[in-house]
Amino acid sequence: MTNLYWESFRTFFKIGLFTFGGGYAMIPLIEAEIVDKKHWISKEEFMDLLAIAQSCPGVFAINISIFIGYRLRGVKGGISCAVGTALPSFLIILLIALFFHQFKENPYVAALFRGIRPAVVALIAVPTFNMAKKAKLNKFSIWIPVVSALLIWLCGVSPILIILAAGFAGFFVGKAKRRKADREEKEGEV
Amino acid sequence: MIFLSLFITFFQIGLFGFGGGYGMLSLIQHEVVINHHWMTAGDFTDIVAISQMTPGPVGINTATYAGYTALQNEGASELLCILGSVTATFALVFPTTILMLLISRYFMKYKDNASVRLVLDSLRPAVVGLLAAATLLLMTKENFGSYSDDAVGFIFSVGLFVLTFVCTKFFKVGPIKMIGVCALLGLGFTWLTGGFCA
Repeated sequence: MTNLYWESFRTFFKIGLFTFGGGYAMIPLIEAEIVDKKHWISKEEFMDLLAIAQSCPGVFAINISIFIGYRLRGVKGGISCAVGTALPSFLIILLIALFFHQFKENPYVAALFRGIRPAVVALIAVPTFNMAKKAKLNKFSIWIPVVSALLIWLCGVSPILIILAAGFAGFFVGKAKRRKADREEKEGEV
Repeated sequence: MIFLSLFITFFQIGLFGFGGGYGMLSLIQHEVVINHHWMTAGDFTDIVAISQMTPGPVGINTATYAGYTALQNEGASELLCILGSVTATFALVFPTTILMLLISRYFMKYKDNASVRLVLDSLRPAVVGLLAAATLLLMTKENFGSYSDDAVGFIFSVGLFVLTFVCTKFFKVGPIKMIGVCALLGLGFTWLTGGFCA
């Protein structure tokens, strides 16, 4: 009797509304709602979806909700879940944007943001180190982030170019490696 | 035509934004601050701060706010500003929505594809570089003040940076709590240095 589109939209709207701290903070909530409570997908499937959504570009939480929505009701299901996830943040930010500029000049608000700004820069610095650990950099790959950062920072190179270059390089280096492995395997057989 | 360039810009950001919300920040900042001059580094930092304090994915929040601010700084009306945030947010999620739906349909095929894995694995070190660049690019006079103009204020800002870094990295203090604490410290500092008397 209940409409599954509406049901999934509402579920993701609720998740979007109540998770602070970005996409990764949403995972436990999504898992609790979708896997444990509603049994829409199994835990194993959820883990698979997570791994793929994580390696894809774009907003992590949106990616996950599209996957789950698609599993439930195809393309339309995917879109209704994505809209559900994005809508609460969109509306809240819009409301703040509409009124914030009126307070921006207020000396008390300016003083608050004076303290906030250096903190935000630090909050972006922390994931840099966390991700460096996850990327398992060795003495050969350590120069990739260093050179990328310097190119963007000092030479004004677009980050998009860096991503494209890294992707192409990874693809061709990997292919060459595999070809070499194949050749060695064949020689072994002979 | 600012709407068209907003759309193209955020479409690109959505398509190439690997590494979650923070990885995306580097792209957004490069486009909206450096490339298009839609806002200053200070504006951008405020937007990131607000995006972290409000619920929802940071990428969506930042895009919505940046779209609004871009139009606002052009002197557009409120309605056009709202349209700007709709454009930016829609453009951000549009490419990955298509991508996710395609992957969903060809899920198994993709999962076992070794070349795709290879490309994705090799992106990781580059994303680390992107994040580092975002941090470096935000270390501006607007966010920290300058040592020659106001030495005490500058040292105070650097202190807040170090405090936040250490508390989040080593003591796992949540970002919202840290932003709250630093906001109050900023208020206290301005009061102590007589910033409200002028």
